[in-house]
Amino acid sequence: MENASYLWWIPLLPLIGAGVCGALHLATLRARKTNPEAAGPSGLAPLVASAAMAGAFVLSIVAWFAICPCDEGTRPTALSSGTWTWISVGGLSFDLTMWLDRLSSVMTLVVTGVGLLIHVYASGYMKGDKGYAKFFAYLNLFCFAMLMLVLSSNLLGLFIGWEGVGLCSYLLIGFWYDKGWPAEAGQKAFVVNRIGDAFFIIGSFLLISVFGTLEMQSIGQQVPALMDEHGGTLALAALLLFGGACGKSAQLPLFVWLPDAMAGPTPVSALIHAATMVTSGVYMIVRLNPLYAASPNVLLFIGCIAAATAFIAGTTALVQRDLKKVLAYSTVSQLGYMFLGIAAGAWGSAIFHLVTHAFFKALLFLGAGSVIHGMHEEQDMHKMGGLRRHMPQTFVTFLAGAAALSGLPLMSGFFSKDEVLMKNFAMGGANYLFWMVGVVTAAITAYYTWRMVALTFFGEERFDAKKVHPHESPLVMTGPLWVLAVLSVVGGVVLGLPHVFHLWAHALDRWLEPVVAGGNAILAETTGAHMPLEVSVAWEWILLGLGSAVALFFAHKGFHDHKRGLAMDESVQGAFPAAHAKLTDAWGIDSAYARVVVQPVKLLAFVIAVIVDQFAIDGVVNGTGRTMVDMGRRARRLVDGSVASYGLWIGAGAVLLALTWFTWGN
Amino acid sequence: MLLSLLIFLPVLGALLVALTPKSAVAAQRGLAMATTLVVAVLSLVVWGTDDLESLSVAATWFTLPGTDVEVAYRLGVDGLSLLMVVLTGVLMPIVILSTSGHIKERVKEFMIWVLVMQMGMMGVFLSLDLILFYFFWEVGLVPLYFMVGIWGGQRRLYATLKFFLYTFAGSVVMLIAAIALIYRAGSTDVAAITDAMATLGAGETMGLFAAFTLAFAIKVPVLPFHTWLPDAHTEAPTSGSVILAGVLLKMGTYGLLRFSIAMFPAAAVAASPYMMGLGAIGIVYGAFLAMAQTDIKRLVACSSVSHLGYVVLGLFALTHVGLAGGLIQMVNHGLSTGLLFLLVGMVYERRHTRQLDQYGGIASVMPVFAIFWTIAVLSSVGLPGLNGFVGEYLILLGAFEAIPFWAVVGVTGVIFGAIYLLMATRKMLYGPVVHEENRALSDLNTREVALMVPVVALIVWIGVKPSYFMDRTEASIAQVVERIDRAREAQRVADLGTPAAAPAARGGETR
Repeated sequence: MENASYLWWIPLLPLIGAGVCGALHLATLRARKTNPEAAGPSGLAPLVASAAMAGAFVLSIVAWFAICPCDEGTRPTALSSGTWTWISVGGLSFDLTMWLDRLSSVMTLVVTGVGLLIHVYASGYMKGDKGYAKFFAYLNLFCFAMLMLVLSSNLLGLFIGWEGVGLCSYLLIGFWYDKGWPAEAGQKAFVVNRIGDAFFIIGSFLLISVFGTLEMQSIGQQVPALMDEHGGTLALAALLLFGGACGKSAQLPLFVWLPDAMAGPTPVSALIHAATMVTSGVYMIVRLNPLYAASPNVLLFIGCIAAATAFIAGTTALVQRDLKKVLAYSTVSQLGYMFLGIAAGAWGSAIFHLVTHAFFKALLFLGAGSVIHGMHEEQDMHKMGGLRRHMPQTFVTFLAGAAALSGLPLMSGFFSKDEVLMKNFAMGGANYLFWMVGVVTAAITAYYTWRMVALTFFGEERFDAKKVHPHESPLVMTGPLWVLAVLSVVGGVVLGLPHVFHLWAHALDRWLEPVVAGGNAILAETTGAHMPLEVSVAWEWILLGLGSAVALFFAHKGFHDHKRGLAMDESVQGAFPAAHAKLTDAWGIDSAYARVVVQPVKLLAFVIAVIVDQFAIDGVVNGTGRTMVDMGRRARRLVDGSVASYGLWIGAGAVLLALTWFTWGN
Repeated sequence: MLLSLLIFLPVLGALLVALTPKSAVAAQRGLAMATTLVVAVLSLVVWGTDDLESLSVAATWFTLPGTDVEVAYRLGVDGLSLLMVVLTGVLMPIVILSTSGHIKERVKEFMIWVLVMQMGMMGVFLSLDLILFYFFWEVGLVPLYFMVGIWGGQRRLYATLKFFLYTFAGSVVMLIAAIALIYRAGSTDVAAITDAMATLGAGETMGLFAAFTLAFAIKVPVLPFHTWLPDAHTEAPTSGSVILAGVLLKMGTYGLLRFSIAMFPAAAVAASPYMMGLGAIGIVYGAFLAMAQTDIKRLVACSSVSHLGYVVLGLFALTHVGLAGGLIQMVNHGLSTGLLFLLVGMVYERRHTRQLDQYGGIASVMPVFAIFWTIAVLSSVGLPGLNGFVGEYLILLGAFEAIPFWAVVGVTGVIFGAIYLLMATRKMLYGPVVHEENRALSDLNTREVALMVPVVALIVWIGVKPSYFMDRTEASIAQVVERIDRAREAQRVADLGTPAAAPAARGGETR
């Protein structure tokens, strides 16, 4: 480990950027007092914000080089900044240290890199919005929180980022607050996340009770010694922290906020609700891999939740009409894959899929944003069609993203998804089931992805050409699309070729080896599996072949069923109207929440406020008070009935009582 | 001398204000402002003093007739009271500055009452003599009675009567206990009484503890003695609400800490599970109460019940972490709820309604207001990086160490708190502007922004560097913990002495 105070600047640069953009927003507000249409200095905001991100990106690269084992042995494996003493009470302390190892290095590169691209894109997308500068202030604030999340060495420091990204998500989902429903969606996201956070907090207490600290390195090192004695507590802590992850990373049953979160501007959906924030649950668990490895039953539970989430969200994506909703449910489903990786103890594969997903899903969201931008805020795919002629660059880059998402051979998503599935296959036991669900979901994914491509870009134009004039987006928006498209295509080849290809196979896996070594050793002990998991060459070819076949077949089918228009959608809806409606509503889970949770909470609030508080408790209080006042009235002949004399009487009574006490006491 | 100035400068200020002619409103405001500013600076001087012991004052006042018990003018400040003293000092100039928005009539009287109130509050936090403490405790009661009764809303008479009778009933019970206590201990010195407590029997200690705790519980207020608070808050003028939430309620929680816990540790240990239960249930209960409100000021008042539930939960966990969390949360609640009341007052001055459905879309017309409101709400829901989180987390952790069940109940407040505060925020700030009257609302002026900036600065400061504030309380809390541990140990030894009773008592203690 090496001291590197510049690590602090990675989160602080965006924080400073946020402050400057906030000031620009205030200056703009001031300018608008005289001229309501004035843009003020808000045009500077994207420059400031992007510069801050570029700075953080450069520092992330510097930090990566500092721990890169180009010349083995001389470089440290991790960097650590100076420590900020935060809370220190009664021998217990929570300090903030920026700590960069190979895992956080990957995360900072993704967050700052993809973040920078999205900042650039947003400078075009948000142009003309009255909250232009405010948007960049929030976006930069988000990046600050996200970087705190991935760089903190302490779980409570991670929690600062964890809640901070939640706050920014809330603010950005509700960015167009004057429309009303985005504000409701933001509130829903915050509250649902808070349910997860409540689990997280209790989980952290359990860790403190066992380890006496929340320093994650220290926890990881102590797990092997303490796992026999405190196995139950550790499992419960792991489970509760996963509850937190379910909120942030949108897993069953807490995923319901993410589809609604699409109410936010599309760059937000790309950055926060696809590439970075929603993956923080995956990051946290991989970071705490020894803890989870010590509790195989919890891993099994995670697998069940993840498989169910991947499947349910995937099927829901099949029937969505809103372009962004398809991508939202797809994100939920893909996050399920990442947790499936964790369930098999394939920490590296989970991160691999996290990274490739960040590339291709950010790309798809930005592409969708470009479409929506060009279509004058239209999101319904049934009112699109044939757009490939009007926005060729968006179209081509979108194809790259779709190919990666659907796992077409050699695309980034192909390698990462197949690695996750292969690891589950290799683990065996219950993980065979996860593998099967994963393969089925892969088929579903390929189908809905190419349905989306067909409905949006092919077929006849289903919009009113007189009113809507679709157009290609400007360079600041298409530029980032091209960069992400390249990453989506080659990302898999660079980061994680299966080992049958020899070359530089599993580059990311091997890079992360030291980070997950602790977890792997424990997992080998607790499950008897040979870590890291591998299958024979023959099986690997079979699995790769199966993955390719499934993806190609269903992508082809999804495309051909829809390239001519809405006939397929309409016939499905006509044949199974009830099932279709249920599926559109995510198997009815969201409306079940309204019935089972929201209504009872409202009812309880009413019962407490009116019946318990007003009638029961306050009734007793007022009854007592009234009796006293009545007595006062009767005693008016003795005194004048003012409050002062009640006081006097109470005082006299008190002295009397005190005297009684003394007599009794003696 | 310094501590005496903190108490009596406000009295001097009040006298000077009284001497001004009735129409010299500017002079009255100026005098009150100058006085509170000087007191604020002096309270910071106290903060900057390393050796707090050296500030103590003691002088015999009078001898209780028929006894040799000397009632003394004993003042002192330690880790338990330091933060309260500074909070009182810093908050009062802000309160005075806020009054020019809503106190337009009988300004002179109002300023006098505010200054008298400051004397009472400072006295409560600084007194180390039981009689002196009781004197200031009662003095603190009277000004609020007049502030609500004269400058309050429509139902002010109901609210004042309820508030007065309720808290006075509590005070009387405390007075009885105080007299008994002085009689038994033969002294009015808080330190001497605390030492003498060890010689009292368990039953008697429990009775005294119950009497003191009842008085403080009404003041805090602890469930189910809370129903006076929403009425008092709703009817009080803004400045009254800010003082009430900011400092006055803290007299109750401070009393719980200084007297109920530090003075009667054995009884506190026995009562701990029940008090923690009341605190935890209070968190949830207050949150649900707030959820059902349609009046924004009442909603904030109900949120106080919830937030003070945290303080009670933390204090009565009787662990170091819980006590420290409870103590810092007293400050946090004063800042964040005080700020919320200031903001509610500012919007009320413009729109003259507190009904949430009369608002909507305010963020579009009052963007600066929206920024401050959002900060206050985030501080209130305990966002890490702001003050509220530090207190809540430590309180829940302390409670978890003592009785995990109550911590789990309390942690749901994290969810419910977000529900009602964000709901109120959405209804007030977001959505389209539906009421035409709201379109013309003017945004905050410089005075309003200026008076809130110090509060926001403290909210951030405590959130980012809590150790700067909490380090000053560590030693005193350690002493209290030591006393609690000794009481626990004594209890354990006593239980071992009577083996038959041991299992039951042990069970009660460790549950």
